[in-house]
Amino acid sequence: MSATMALTGVRMRLALRNRAFIFFSVVMPLGFLFGFFLVFGRGGPAAVTYLLAAVLALSVMGSFWGLSVQLVSFREQGILRRFRLTPIGAGPLLGSSILANYMLTIPTIVVEYAVARWLFGMTSWGNLASAIVLVTVGSATFSALGLIVASVTNSLQETQVINNALWSLFFFLSGASIPLAMFPTWMQKLAFYLPATYLVSGLERAMVNGTGLGGVAADTLALTASLLAAFEVSRRLFRWEPEERVPAGAKAWALLAVIPFLLLGAWESHSSQRVAEMQQILQAVAPHGFSFKGK
Amino acid sequence: MSDGIIQVDNLVKQYGAVQAVRRVSFAVGEGEVFGLLGPNGAGKTSTVEILEGMRRRDGGRVVVCGLDPERNSQELKQQVGAVLQFTSLPDKLRVEEALRLFAGFYHRRREPDELLERFQLAEKRRAFYHQLSGGQKQRLAMALALVNDPQVLFLDEPTAGLDPQVRRETYSIIEELRREKKTILLTTHYIEEAERLCDRVAIIDQGKVIALGTPRELKQRSAGTTRIEVRLARPEPDGALRRLEAVTDCREFEGTYVLHSTRVPPTIVSLVKHLEAEGNELESLEIRTPSLEDVFIELTGRRLRD
Repeated sequence: MSATMALTGVRMRLALRNRAFIFFSVVMPLGFLFGFFLVFGRGGPAAVTYLLAAVLALSVMGSFWGLSVQLVSFREQGILRRFRLTPIGAGPLLGSSILANYMLTIPTIVVEYAVARWLFGMTSWGNLASAIVLVTVGSATFSALGLIVASVTNSLQETQVINNALWSLFFFLSGASIPLAMFPTWMQKLAFYLPATYLVSGLERAMVNGTGLGGVAADTLALTASLLAAFEVSRRLFRWEPEERVPAGAKAWALLAVIPFLLLGAWESHSSQRVAEMQQILQAVAPHGFSFKGK
Repeated sequence: MSDGIIQVDNLVKQYGAVQAVRRVSFAVGEGEVFGLLGPNGAGKTSTVEILEGMRRRDGGRVVVCGLDPERNSQELKQQVGAVLQFTSLPDKLRVEEALRLFAGFYHRRREPDELLERFQLAEKRRAFYHQLSGGQKQRLAMALALVNDPQVLFLDEPTAGLDPQVRRETYSIIEELRREKKTILLTTHYIEEAERLCDRVAIIDQGKVIALGTPRELKQRSAGTTRIEVRLARPEPDGALRRLEAVTDCREFEGTYVLHSTRVPPTIVSLVKHLEAEGNELESLEIRTPSLEDVFIELTGRRLRD
């Protein structure tokens, strides 16, 4: 355990010395924050709250970028081989990356809340307990998804291609950029199979409607189940050596992490209750659509 | 040597259709410096990485510190240290952070400050890994290998690619460790490294041990003969040189004829007479005592660094 903590500390320091990390985890989320607020946030405090939920979700979702790239380049450079000589196993190594990433996400989240409240006039904190749980579980889940990407790709190039594809899906289909309620029905049904959608809609309900922990239980549960599956799969598929290739069947293993969302997706696209709630939230915060001008 | 701290019996390692290690056997006693000498691709690294618990074997028996590296790899890793051939650390990791981090992985650990002093890295403790010179990186690798105060140390080509100055530094570090009675298994394709550092050497070629003994024993195999290396103005059929007085063997490598002679003066006299008669000329002549390189050539018919 102490070795995991020591590793976590070192990885936090390494991340803070890495320009790419600073860009993706600090600059980009703050860019979304000011971009969203300045362009769409003039509709009043409720709109700011609504947008903050999307910004928080994007900040958390970004985790998978950095972690997958870092793990693959550590493998390619022969850094993981050196760790393989020591008694530390794959578990603590992977666990420390999730933990370090979470610790570094917290300050960004706090700054985003503070900016929303004191610079853009957000009046309510929403349901903080739900938000904290969703951010925590979400950060770990998206980190673990990054670790899976690292374990099923052989080169940094492949990793980047998959990351780009995933990011586009998460960004455009989750409701974080375009509200889910504005999608055509078939796209809404599709969106319900994405982990990102549950993070976004969970946060929106927690922040705008003040939904408590019970109300976001399904979202939390799906994220947690997927976290556990993703962690276990990436631990099993973990490769230390640069020349080791992805084992046959690895991609099938990776699907295991997506199963919770397939189940939940099938359920949600069947019920339609969530869409109704999303529509109601959108109506409440922006009855006439998002206004580009101040009142 | 059946109770060695490292025992290897009929070790086999296969990569697809290629047999990299073919029934290799040897044992290393406690406090011994043992060398695996052979060309690149001989199977040295595969052997060492199996002993370190980094690779699985395909056959044979292996015991290190009383443990099976495959089955008890966690326990084994607590007790051994190693310098790997192809490895690195994160660019932005500081020297001191690396030592403290790795020390934290072990039950038994050495004080990082002491290791920094010992490996002349104290001034560089705040430096990033990517700012270190080749020699400093190598010293850090050695320091990290000792961070758990291991009984057994594996050094895989510890001086490959280093400049002569750094190589000599590394030698004196290894000699110091030998005085501390550490058991060391090192692989190398440098003759002088094996001769200077190792108590015993196994010469390994194409996955097989082809000779094993102290450097002195190995060299005595070609006992009784001295090597005379000559370069000539025109090539000679080597059969002709083999008929010279007191010559037991003659081989040609890249234009140099190596004569094995039991008595040097008569050989040289008859060589000169022979060349005079043939109208050939002597460009250079060198008399050498046998080295492990000669032993390797005798056994394989090839030079070590082909």
